[in-house]
Amino acid sequence: MFAYLVKRVFQAIAVMFVISLIAFAIQGNLGDPLRELVGQSVSEEVRQQLRDDLGLNDSFITQYLRFAGNALQGDLGTSYFFKEPALDVIMKKLPATLELVLGATVIIIGLSIPLGVYTAIKPDAIVSRIIMGISIVGISIPVFLTAILMIFVFSVEYGWFPSFGRGDVVHVWGYWETNFATADGWMHIILPSIALASIMLPLFVRLIRAEMMEVLQSEYVKYAVAKGIKPWRIYFVHALKNTLLPVITVGGVQIGTMVAYTILTETVFQWPGMGFMFLEAVNRVDTPLIVAYLIVVGFIFVVTNTIVDLIYGLVNPTVNLARMGA
Amino acid sequence: MSLLSVRDLTVKFAMRDETVTALNGISFDLAKGERLGIVGESGAGKSITGFALMNLISRPGFVDRGEILFHDEDVVKMSDARLRELRGDKMAMIFQDPMVTLNPVLTIGQQMLETLMAHRKLSREEARQIAIVKLREVYIPSPEERLNQYPHELSGGMRQRIIIAIALLLDPELIIADEPTTALDVTIQADIMELLLELCQSNKVGLILITHDLGVVSQMTERTLVMYAGRIIEAGRTREIINDPQHPYTQGLINALPQQTLPGQKLRQIPGNMPSLTNIPPGCPFNPRCEYATDLCRTTLPEIIQYGEVRVACHEVERLHAEGARQEQDA
Ligand SMILES: Nc1ncnc2c1ncn2[C@@H]1O[C@H](COP(=O)(O)OP(=O)(O)O)[C@@H](O)[C@H]1O
Ligand code: SF4
Ligand SMILES: [Mg+2]
Repeated sequence: MFAYLVKRVFQAIAVMFVISLIAFAIQGNLGDPLRELVGQSVSEEVRQQLRDDLGLNDSFITQYLRFAGNALQGDLGTSYFFKEPALDVIMKKLPATLELVLGATVIIIGLSIPLGVYTAIKPDAIVSRIIMGISIVGISIPVFLTAILMIFVFSVEYGWFPSFGRGDVVHVWGYWETNFATADGWMHIILPSIALASIMLPLFVRLIRAEMMEVLQSEYVKYAVAKGIKPWRIYFVHALKNTLLPVITVGGVQIGTMVAYTILTETVFQWPGMGFMFLEAVNRVDTPLIVAYLIVVGFIFVVTNTIVDLIYGLVNPTVNLARMGA
Repeated sequence: MSLLSVRDLTVKFAMRDETVTALNGISFDLAKGERLGIVGESGAGKSITGFALMNLISRPGFVDRGEILFHDEDVVKMSDARLRELRGDKMAMIFQDPMVTLNPVLTIGQQMLETLMAHRKLSREEARQIAIVKLREVYIPSPEERLNQYPHELSGGMRQRIIIAIALLLDPELIIADEPTTALDVTIQADIMELLLELCQSNKVGLILITHDLGVVSQMTERTLVMYAGRIIEAGRTREIINDPQHPYTQGLINALPQQTLPGQKLRQIPGNMPSLTNIPPGCPFNPRCEYATDLCRTTLPEIIQYGEVRVACHEVERLHAEGARQEQDA
């Protein structure tokens, strides 16, 4: 178990290394930092002097090592626009985004399992056909369109839900303010969560259905029938666990991907999270903030994947974590 | 009175273009505690027969006609609830490949206890004790520990013993074993067969043993069905069928046995292959491979008839028998 953990952590570090290289390369190619620091009027000699002072004339490796060293100490540069450390800016926005992702994840898990299982057990039922039909449509509609349609119908036409912002949030700890402590907070997070979930939900319903149908064809399911086991036990004890094992691995990747999709959702709902912030940073060519965002999202991606892999190892008896580390 | 009585059992598969007949008018009886072998090459319909007996044919397959009377109750017409009562309790099945039969994510204990508790009102502890007793009967060492293990922690032979133990859990009247050793290492095949025979005899359990090996049938069973292309082509007491086979196909199977071949001699395989269901020749399905085939064989299907002690489906059975007798006299 320990050896496996160490191995997984090393893999995670390797991925973070690649991400930092990409982020660093972007930093070097996005705009000229001097333009942000000094005006047009400064002479070429002063500019050169400044370049030397800032280390912009050092070799690529020296510059990268300095960048990585600073990053490891939590210094991802200072946002041009906010005049604050970029990491701090992101940390303030992070809770809003994570709560949105959490909301979407709960919706996805809560709906995809029952819908996927039902459509697998009763593939010919009319309800199943409707679910599968909607899921095809759902996959092909872009998130921002879903979001705008929902705002139009549920906020503008019916006025059931607010259309933008986080509403009443309650301070919990540090930068963390939560939507889940007030009714108003709940009302605000519902539409954005559904919009964000709408991309992955159809995918997961179809994935679970396909896996479940395959599992239901397996010898061990046929054997369970031959032993006189009741259908509900066959579906939910024999088949579901085998169905969800491969889904877990895909799920880990998708949760990471969802963080990236928050850019669209947050922008449409003006959700004050880091996705919305990222789009603004791009508009303002706030390079340190862009780079910091990429690194933080990359980090979240790597951490969720590592955790999901560990969970997979724990729930799958055929994976021996101790042996995998060896 | 017979335990099982199968009449005119016909199973079809609804394929995209056509409906094919996988089992065609199968009829046989099994007395209480009797052991019956079903033999034939791969694709003959042996497994389909085994599954049909427990009403386990699933789409696109279906029972087209016929009845399967188990204690005079027709399995084909049973409700799902009644079938669940019967399966695993009075009628148990041993599948071919123990590596894929047990559920990989459930422990041996879970898979044994759920079977007991599906059929009897037992506490977990009572069920556990029964499971341990049955594991001992199949010579599983330290059964208490096995209950907490997952299938992948055990060898194939060990798993098949456990599957035999599961079959015996509820003291069934009939066990259907579909090639129970084919997937196992050759060195342990005989052990598993011996164990199965011993347990069936001591518990007076009826056995339907599906196999492609006539040698196994001769050691294990009292009666034999020989199947070809979805039909029974010869049936009778195993001793008779082994010692004096009437149908050219059965004769071919026996001649192909390694025991029938002298050292250094090549195995005498029947030439050609079993036809696929979509491509069964007219007349006797065996005629393209049969050295005695006549024009009649190529046009008309031979009915299965009583001939001496056995039932056989061959137009030329009398002629062959006469020739066989003459050859024996000459020798
Ligand atoms: N699910 C299925 N769909 C279509 N044909 C099938 C199916 N299962 C079995 N068959 C056909 O039925 C025939 C008999 O199969 P089976 O009983 O498994 O043969 P065996 O004697 O080798 O056990 C085979 O020709 C096979 O192609
Ligand atoms: S009926 Fe004809 S073809 Fe068929 S087995 Fe008998 S002799 Fe051969
Ligand atoms: Mg078979």
